[in-house]
Amino acid sequence: MPDIIPSDSVGLVTPISLHIESPLKLDCGRSLASYDLTYETYGELNSDASNAVLICHALSGDHHAAGYHSMDDKKPGWWDSAIGPGKAIDTDHLFVVCMNNLGGCKGSTGPTSINPETGKTYGPDFPIVTVPDWVKSQAVLADKLNIKQWAAVVGGSLGAMQAMQWAISLPDRLKHVLIIASAPKLSAQNIAFNEVARTAIKSDPNFHNGHYADHDTLPRQGLGLARMLGHITYLSDEAMGAKFGRELRNETLNYGYGVEFQIESYLRYQSTNFVERFDANTYLLMTKALDYFDPAKEHNDDLAKTVASIKAKSLVISFTSDWRFSPERSQEIVDALLSAGKEVSYAEIEANQGHDAFLMPIPRYIEIMKTYMKQVIADSALS
Amino acid sequence: MSLRLDLQIISDWIPDGSRVLDLGCDNGTLLRHLQQRGITGYGLEIDNSKFADCITSGVNVIQADLDQGLPQFADHSFDYVILSQTLQAVKRPDFLLEEIVRVGKQAIIGFPNFGHWQCRLQLAFGGHMPQSKTLPNAWFDTPNIHLCTVQDFDKLCERDNISVLRRSIVNHAHQDTIGTRLLPNLFGQIALYQIKKQLV
Repeated sequence: MPDIIPSDSVGLVTPISLHIESPLKLDCGRSLASYDLTYETYGELNSDASNAVLICHALSGDHHAAGYHSMDDKKPGWWDSAIGPGKAIDTDHLFVVCMNNLGGCKGSTGPTSINPETGKTYGPDFPIVTVPDWVKSQAVLADKLNIKQWAAVVGGSLGAMQAMQWAISLPDRLKHVLIIASAPKLSAQNIAFNEVARTAIKSDPNFHNGHYADHDTLPRQGLGLARMLGHITYLSDEAMGAKFGRELRNETLNYGYGVEFQIESYLRYQSTNFVERFDANTYLLMTKALDYFDPAKEHNDDLAKTVASIKAKSLVISFTSDWRFSPERSQEIVDALLSAGKEVSYAEIEANQGHDAFLMPIPRYIEIMKTYMKQVIADSALS
Repeated sequence: MSLRLDLQIISDWIPDGSRVLDLGCDNGTLLRHLQQRGITGYGLEIDNSKFADCITSGVNVIQADLDQGLPQFADHSFDYVILSQTLQAVKRPDFLLEEIVRVGKQAIIGFPNFGHWQCRLQLAFGGHMPQSKTLPNAWFDTPNIHLCTVQDFDKLCERDNISVLRRSIVNHAHQDTIGTRLLPNLFGQIALYQIKKQLV
């Protein structure tokens, strides 16, 4: 609900949908015969297409990274703090592309799309897509946009895994990669959290084995629980304490099991909000894509060997209070890049916001990213 | 832009095209200077407040705590490991030195000489912990927790089978004088050593 669009906003934006007719072979062995890719762009592509930056989104993100869809929007895109004219990812100089990932629920083909073979929504029959599959589909979009080489591929969390995969699989197609708040693969604890989230969704009586659309219902309870759990892991104890503490909604305890503490109320609000805008099958798929990500697996778990193919310069960033993907996990990536002799810089940002810090306008973080992106702009002119 | 003299000496000691690791690289001044001569590598720095300067200079900078050693680097993975004015600020200088000569085929270490006559005078006759241009902090608020003299450093090198290939002891203006040449531990304020691990 911006009364006026701020001057450092990309302003009103409209998503674009592209229908792809050539089949995409997926890691799971299945193929998508045809599919849609929905994306947004900000800024202008220059004549030699050298100033393009790909933003990869995380678990619950989408193609709407910056700006507003209408003057009625309550909030701008999910990474508006970093993308815009004069911002860290400066749209005065860069052409920024953000695509909804396949398997998503915001426009690109996913479980809520119609399966051309059956005429019904895919639902749980939509194939599980992986991070390398996403990179392949993003490369299809790059081809369509005539972008041979990205000036940079940028992502946080699951988005950073895609950025890393780009650098590993398609080394000639990017000059820089920004890997923010990420990990080279999930830990057992990470997978465990995802499994609890999936179990919450699948045990909802309204889930109907993923065919909830056929029953004209939604697994609200299960998806809501999954989101609550996820949300707890995105924040730090400190951030939650600072925001809610032990504050009560009313002044006295009720000695009952209703919502009493502000944090309970906040989590419920977050989850009810989320279930209306997100698809449960997509949530299951995204968590699986996270679990499966392990680029070093095919190199005998040798991450340094895995990143040996990388030609891009890297910037790796972590946040001190992030316990979902802790600084140590980012250091594993950095150590591999160092050991492979790659060009890399690494900063660990002091922040109390937990994993969510990567979406926040933390001054030191933004300063380092902005400075790095200035180098990206300078390098893009050298092509 | 001219370099601080101790950094100039370090720079002069490093051949073109070398691969270097600069420990405690600050704002990347030395690495930026070395890059012009085809010298590549990384800077390690615990404080990220000057990372923007490093990045602007095209210097690869890695946030790292030297007290943890250099476990991310393989043996002899750099031609030179540089540690300038930082040895006295780490928890275990002996441990870091071992790490440095493990990772670097050679190393260059620069540190403030606590054996300088002004330090001796302040402690002997002033009865207080020395403060100087090279060591400006008060004892209760100083990052310099492991100060040593030229003689101390020589002994540590000897104990740990580290050979001194070259040494330059200069005053606070980073000049080489008759005094610093004849009685380096008395007249030198900044000590610079080029060292390597002896093969045993």
